[in-house]
Amino acid sequence: MGLLSDPTRRRALISLLTRLNTPICAVCYMAGVAWFMGLAFEPFTLRMHMSENAMGSTMVEERFQAGERALVTAKEFGVQKNKAGGMPVDWLVKAMQDRGLEVFTQSFSRTLPFPDENKERFMVKGTNVYGILRAPRAPRTEALMLTAPCSQGNDNNQAVGMLLVLAQYFRSQVYWAKDIIFLVNEHDLIGMQAWLEGYHHTNITGMEWSPLQGRAGAIQAALSLELSSDVVTSLDIVLEGLNGQLPNLDLVNLFYAFCQKFDVLCTFQGKLQRNDWDSPSGYSHAVQTMMLMVLKQASGHSWGDHGLFLRYQVEAVTIKGINSYRQYKTTTTTVGRLLEGMYRKLNNLLERLHQSFFFYLLPSLSHFVSISYYMPAFGLLAAILLLRALNLWVELSAPPATEDGVANVEQQSSSGVLSVVTPLVISHLTGVALYTLPVHFQEMAVEHFPVSETEAVVLTAIAVYTAGLALPHNTHRFVSGEGTEQGWRVLKLVAVLYLAVLLGCTALLNFSLGFILALTLVPVAAGVTPHMPKFPTACVMVVLSPACTLLFSVFAFHELQETPLSFQDTWLLFLSVISQGILDHALYGALVFPLLAMLVYPCWLLFWNILFWK
Amino acid sequence: LGATFLLFLLLLLLLLIQKHMIVQPLLSGFFQCGRHVERAHKLSHYRLFPKSLGQVISKFSVRELHISLTQGYWRTMQWGQPYQPSPPGAELWVWFQDSVTDVDGTWSELTNVLSGIFCASLNFDSINSIQPSASFKPLGIGNVTDHRFLRYATLPRETVCTENLTPWKKLLPCGSKAGLAVLLKSEKLFHSSFHSQAVHIRPVCQDAQCATTSWELRQTLNVVFDLYVSGQGKREWSLFKMFSRTLTEACPLASSSKIYVDVSDNSEVLTAQAVVLGDRRTFSVYDLTQKSTFGTTSSLNLLIRWKSSDAHMLRPLLHAERYVAGYRLQSGEIHTLMYNNHPYRSFPVLLLDLVPWYLRLYIHTLSVTSKGKTNRPSYIHYEPSKDRVKPHTLEMLVQLPPNSVTEVTVHFDRILLKWTEYPPDPNHGFYVGSSVVSSLVPSIVAMDTNATHECPLFNSFFPSKEETSYFVRLYTEPLLVNLPTPDFSMPYNVICLTCTVVAVGYGSLFNLLTRNFQIGEPRPGVAKRIANVIRKMRGVPPL
Repeated sequence: MGLLSDPTRRRALISLLTRLNTPICAVCYMAGVAWFMGLAFEPFTLRMHMSENAMGSTMVEERFQAGERALVTAKEFGVQKNKAGGMPVDWLVKAMQDRGLEVFTQSFSRTLPFPDENKERFMVKGTNVYGILRAPRAPRTEALMLTAPCSQGNDNNQAVGMLLVLAQYFRSQVYWAKDIIFLVNEHDLIGMQAWLEGYHHTNITGMEWSPLQGRAGAIQAALSLELSSDVVTSLDIVLEGLNGQLPNLDLVNLFYAFCQKFDVLCTFQGKLQRNDWDSPSGYSHAVQTMMLMVLKQASGHSWGDHGLFLRYQVEAVTIKGINSYRQYKTTTTTVGRLLEGMYRKLNNLLERLHQSFFFYLLPSLSHFVSISYYMPAFGLLAAILLLRALNLWVELSAPPATEDGVANVEQQSSSGVLSVVTPLVISHLTGVALYTLPVHFQEMAVEHFPVSETEAVVLTAIAVYTAGLALPHNTHRFVSGEGTEQGWRVLKLVAVLYLAVLLGCTALLNFSLGFILALTLVPVAAGVTPHMPKFPTACVMVVLSPACTLLFSVFAFHELQETPLSFQDTWLLFLSVISQGILDHALYGALVFPLLAMLVYPCWLLFWNILFWK
Repeated sequence: LGATFLLFLLLLLLLLIQKHMIVQPLLSGFFQCGRHVERAHKLSHYRLFPKSLGQVISKFSVRELHISLTQGYWRTMQWGQPYQPSPPGAELWVWFQDSVTDVDGTWSELTNVLSGIFCASLNFDSINSIQPSASFKPLGIGNVTDHRFLRYATLPRETVCTENLTPWKKLLPCGSKAGLAVLLKSEKLFHSSFHSQAVHIRPVCQDAQCATTSWELRQTLNVVFDLYVSGQGKREWSLFKMFSRTLTEACPLASSSKIYVDVSDNSEVLTAQAVVLGDRRTFSVYDLTQKSTFGTTSSLNLLIRWKSSDAHMLRPLLHAERYVAGYRLQSGEIHTLMYNNHPYRSFPVLLLDLVPWYLRLYIHTLSVTSKGKTNRPSYIHYEPSKDRVKPHTLEMLVQLPPNSVTEVTVHFDRILLKWTEYPPDPNHGFYVGSSVVSSLVPSIVAMDTNATHECPLFNSFFPSKEETSYFVRLYTEPLLVNLPTPDFSMPYNVICLTCTVVAVGYGSLFNLLTRNFQIGEPRPGVAKRIANVIRKMRGVPPL
């Protein structure tokens, strides 16, 4: 601090920073991107290790043998499901009761704000069935959970079969220290949300559900099971939850440890594990896996039923059985043993899972990147904004060229405040319009245009977004004629600091989202001035706007998944992603849509406004 | 498939010792209860009464003492009303004599002594003990009702195991050498779904005139065995299968030693009938004091096989459960649900809640609703907590309408403890003890007491004098509540360090931003200053 309090040295430092501002910013940006790409490089990652001592090595032999019976039960369930034309509630209740569980049901209903065209549903009514296996000599204070969604068609029958057979096997064991809840939920995430809200007796999303009759205390961990074929070649683990929350890394370790124990092929983001870290192809494989995770996390969508648990401090993952045409096959018995092993270890837990990391990125299942390694990548990008702000501050505090007197300064400052506040207010009002209008105006849009409700919502959103660009954002033309040189500097200073705070907070909660937004928004924020050529700069700005970022992300996601899309398909998918984002917000309380609409987009509009200052 | 049974063991010692045991079918468990009653004229003369307890009673001027150690939760909906209700963990309630001046001091000393006797860690002091005003009345003679002499405390987390069973068995007159106690082999007893052992001491009348009083000691043991796990789903059990022992003789000191087997569902030998907790049951009786009971092999093994696979159980009329609502670490809501399953009669219940101080209850948010309408409690006794001194006590009398669910809710805030107050496993959560529901429940079964005359002891064990209602005490499940917990690990230190650095850095930066720096003249040297002072005195302009 002595350096800064000495005026001469301070002046020298500041002049250095202002003189070299642009090169330093460019270096920071490149360093940030390079750091991020380097995260997947093996020497920079940490090896996975189990942090929770209670789940350390145990000399337990798994004895589950009823794999064949699980498939038979699954078939029976499939028959009953077709007969009932949905969830066979009575059959499930009977099946669980016969296996010695305490069985309860919960009915729920929910009207979506607009029809979900991907899943073809609008008015959702359903019933969850769950059975509680009471642990002997335990006082009902702790529970573990296994869920299997009852999906449409013949999907996921095997998961329900496995759940029932596991319940039967677990019931005849004496070593349980925690109750185990077996849940079959209807309508995927909506049913899950209803059950979780019922269990915790909260109502976050305005859903209607009947109160639960049976409970088992605090849920310590949960697994969601998705098996859709009799043959399983590999198991995939899904981690990304609502708002980019991740489960404790120990749960991932546990899964990986048991996959290794039973020689089961396990994949992450649909990608197999590789051992050739040193080779370029191994590195690119790791980068792709990590990028997929980043994109999925940034979406804030719950990628499996487990994603909704995380809000309630319940660590959960989804385990998916994959049947791709590989030679290697895993028997259902092995899958059952793997689950048995995981539950026996979770049963040993003395405290909630808290020892390991909650913030991490995975380039593979055997290595991870902790928060202390990936945060500098974002820090370097955020530093650009601060450097820019410093530069603007210095420019503003330098004595003005004309020295007219005190009165002039006062007038300037008052018009300056107005020229900052007006665009702030107008752009935020546009943001609020973008947030509220699409859902509220769908009926009117459907009446006047030949579109369905969902299309109406998405198209209204795009219309409001585009209209926001055309709005006059400042009043200085009407108040004081010309926008002053100082005026845009003040506005840009405010906007840059605003963006820095916004991205900083986002990155703390959901690193991936913060980083992706920073990648596109920081160059705009750092570079834009009113003196640039209008048309090319405007084109670049639109390309780097939040909506286009989303479009690129959708495209990149499918490229990385090795399912490339044509531009037409990408566009259609982009539209459905928008509607999905709005639905996620309404149904589960996902925050990405309001964040983008009410904070990020208005912030970007401020920079747009600076470009068209004169 | 869910066939399970109830075994109720009853050891009764009355002047001369008598022992009884009852076996009863349950929906999904095996239940056993041991009981032992003793009367002695004076506590200076120990024949059957254990001296260790006698000395405790006289030293601490105890009027009544009830202690229970329980592992597991009694599942009322599956197993019916409990014969000997007890909450999970340890429970202790004591009435002191009026002569005790320092009740709190005596109480904490007494709990320390009892911890030693029962090998338990009963850390009871004023932080977790309360004085219920109505829920726990003295069970023996004497009409003391001043609740200043009552202390009640529970420890929901106390685990019960062999080390607690051994001292309990040693209090029996024959130890585990003879009589029914032979069956109590810990290896088998702890392979069960529920285990509860208790000791009750109270003053009773010596005879009908009640001229002299004596002490009664009851030792009870409840165990529920799970036939689903051990019996491969068959409804069949035997003493040998359950305890891996058979009976050979009664305790020679016993005046009566009997086994009662509940055979209500396949009654072929009808020997005794009684109305137990509002339900008419049939028992067959095996008297261990008779030689003929043991037959030629001189060992008794009972094997009961049921013809039908489904058991009959009267649906419990009163049932209660409790849970924590809400999910954030700032606040929450305790919900207590009380079910009255009686088709047409309403009855009042007393609800007692003991909530530790680290949950800050907001009593103005207390709401009692049944059938969607507000239900005003006719009596409320509330003592607010004091941080680190005493817990909340909430007691209320609520009328439960027929066939209804009554919900009691109250909001609370979770407190951030001082960092030394956290236990070694703070992420496990903090326990809140069971709430106690006590009530006189109207009986559905019409009373027919003819059969019970055969067995007056049995009758006295289940006090069913009043024909229309019977007393029930229920305990809800304990709660495990997460409090905001710092991450006591490396990242925690890092966060502390970072915060310090940021705080220091912020201060300096703020200083730099708000101050205006100007270059000042350097200070003149000492000699120059002295010269200037002299020049000033001389009236000459300074250098």
